[in-house]
Amino acid sequence: MTTLAIKDLYVSIDTEQGNVPILKGVTLTINTGETHAIMGPNGSGKSTLASTIAGHPRYKVDSGSITLDGEDVLSMSVDERARAGLFLAMQYPVEVPGVTMTNFLRTAKTALDGEAPSLRHWTKDVKTAMAQLRIDADFAQRNVNEGFSGGEKKRVEILQLELFRPKFAILDETDSGLDVDALKVVSEGVNREHSKGEMGTLLITHYTRILRYIKPDFVHVFVAGRIAEEGGPELADRLEEEGYDRFTAQSAVEA
Amino acid sequence: MAETTHTEISPDTTLEGEVTAIGDLDGKARIGAPSGTGERPAAIDGFTEEGESLPGGDDGTGQLGFKKHSHGNAPVVPEASRGERRRSFDLADFPTLTGLEEDWRFTPLKRLRGLHTDALSGTAPGIEVGGAGNVTVETVGRGDARLGSAATPEDRVSAAAWNAFTEATVITIPKETVADGEVMVKVTGSTSEAAAQHILIHAEAFSKAVVVLDHSGSVTLAQNVEIIVGDGAQLTVVSVQEWDDDAVHVSSQQAKVGRDARYKHVVVSLGGDLVRLTPSSIFTATGAEVEMYGLYFADAGQHLEQRLLVDHAVPNCKSRVTYKGALQGVDAHTVWVGDVLIRKAAEGTDTYETNRNLILTDGARSDSVPNLEIETGLIEGAGHASATGRFDDEHLFYLMARGIPEKAARRLVVRGFLTEVIQQIKVPALEERLSESVERELAAGNL
Ligand SMILES: Nc1ncnc2c1ncn2[C@@H]1O[C@H](COP(=O)(O)OP(=O)(O)OP(=O)(O)O)[C@@H](O)[C@H]1O
Ligand SMILES: [Mg+2]
Repeated sequence: MTTLAIKDLYVSIDTEQGNVPILKGVTLTINTGETHAIMGPNGSGKSTLASTIAGHPRYKVDSGSITLDGEDVLSMSVDERARAGLFLAMQYPVEVPGVTMTNFLRTAKTALDGEAPSLRHWTKDVKTAMAQLRIDADFAQRNVNEGFSGGEKKRVEILQLELFRPKFAILDETDSGLDVDALKVVSEGVNREHSKGEMGTLLITHYTRILRYIKPDFVHVFVAGRIAEEGGPELADRLEEEGYDRFTAQSAVEA
Repeated sequence: MAETTHTEISPDTTLEGEVTAIGDLDGKARIGAPSGTGERPAAIDGFTEEGESLPGGDDGTGQLGFKKHSHGNAPVVPEASRGERRRSFDLADFPTLTGLEEDWRFTPLKRLRGLHTDALSGTAPGIEVGGAGNVTVETVGRGDARLGSAATPEDRVSAAAWNAFTEATVITIPKETVADGEVMVKVTGSTSEAAAQHILIHAEAFSKAVVVLDHSGSVTLAQNVEIIVGDGAQLTVVSVQEWDDDAVHVSSQQAKVGRDARYKHVVVSLGGDLVRLTPSSIFTATGAEVEMYGLYFADAGQHLEQRLLVDHAVPNCKSRVTYKGALQGVDAHTVWVGDVLIRKAAEGTDTYETNRNLILTDGARSDSVPNLEIETGLIEGAGHASATGRFDDEHLFYLMARGIPEKAARRLVVRGFLTEVIQQIKVPALEERLSESVERELAAGNL
């Protein structure tokens, strides 16, 4: 079992108006085999947490720690974090000019494993994974995310999740912008990988809808840069009925 | 990127689309900039695409970090039709350059080191022709009747070069001969006095050859390369510019393409302070096909310019133009202008031209201007596309977040982008050398 531990994390960003604190003391521990859902209103800092774990240079860690089995993640570069087993399925995957999916997937796999995948197996794995996620075979020859629809981009993120087999997958609103069919296909992909028991999942979402397909073990409600409440799957049901108002009102009072 | 070809067009159409992309320095327009709402732009294109329909106008795309403007913000001397540009061997027919001329407006004249003003009396760079034994190589005097038969100067520097060269190199691939091996023409400069050079390449009827002009060293050079592609001949001319950092090279490379001929022209511009190439293909008889490729990689301070002309003057010819450029570093500047002219007689023409640029760092600037002039509606197809994208921190983050180290990520992008052109050369040793040169360019950029 591997553990990803986030302790009392404070993160800010530099804007034209000066430094803005966003995360204000986040503590969270995930073990492989577990699924944690982070739910929260727009702007509460969910993506900030995800991007900070992945090492996006825009986010400045002011204090606190992130460790992977005790190893300091914050001192690792972005690519080192990925090679250590962290994977971020992005909320807005970028289009990368000039690089075909095929070339990209192979290069990334080689970098992650430290050796080139066996060509025969790899080609087959890619084909199978694409078929399962209902991604057209001709996407392999297209440039990374270029001209893909929002839903296609999300599927391609999960394709990578299945091919790269990370220890921890952080899914930043993978469900947003997906229709019901696509949501099912994508959830199945995550569940396939999760069922192997070697991956921890941090599922970031705004809506409870995806939780019908991916069952969380823990639910954390994220408000104004910190976790406002935690519980089991039943907490999601409550949010479904009551929305975030209770929490946002509360944080307004505190502020 | 979707590309468009169109068949339904009306005569007398001129299509122009001009795109200037500037890597911004202040970071303001960069992807992921503060938006105040917490929502980043939902879709961020790697490329801004300019594609045009016939008949049509301009679909302005005012995207992040891109600037686009049309003709007219500088007092440019207008040109009625590309086909009417002055052609002459007489220098006096070309007025002194001011920089406002349509065809010189992007070129920093100050950096031409006198090529446009001085007598080109310096020593011409050395020429060494090797390779195919069954190809004839001659050094001839100015008086040789063959010189000037394929090309007439179209600008002042070219005319100056025509009037200044003392001897010319004539390479002939004899009739029905398949050159045995590539013809390697090594042009090596060792002085920076302004000089002129003249080369004639004649692929006689039904011959087949690949000729590589391999430029290196230091020069201030005005060069005319005239090319005759005989009936049924298959000729590839590759012009490689791997000059030293201080070189200034202005080269007109005009080809006359005969009946059923196949002509491929490949430009690779990597080294030099200022390199300005004007390759043209003029169809003189039906059934011919031309492919023109280009690859350029500009570093900090470099000016790499290419202005093409494809002149469809006769029926049933086909042309494809694909130029790709990468830019990195402050004041790296590239210019691509692609003029395609479909004259009244050129029924059944099939043409498409593309230019793509990839800006790798802040402070670089790329200009891309496709021009399509059409005088007949009875054509197979005509289209063009121009796109400029930037590789920025978000692209880098995405690739690195997949475990790919920074340097490898940049290499991946640039290599993927430029290989398409390198692969067209089909001379394995040269392809390999150029791939390595591109890698070196990348490494030199401190990326
Ligand atoms: N680059 C940035 N510049 C300025 N403010 C930013 C930037 N990135 C995030 N923020 C601010 O930080 C806060 C948290 O943003 P974040 O994207 O982490 O929220 P989120 O919970 O993921 O929201 P959403 O549900 O909309 O995805 C917001 O107030 C947002 O405006
Ligand atoms: Mg978000």
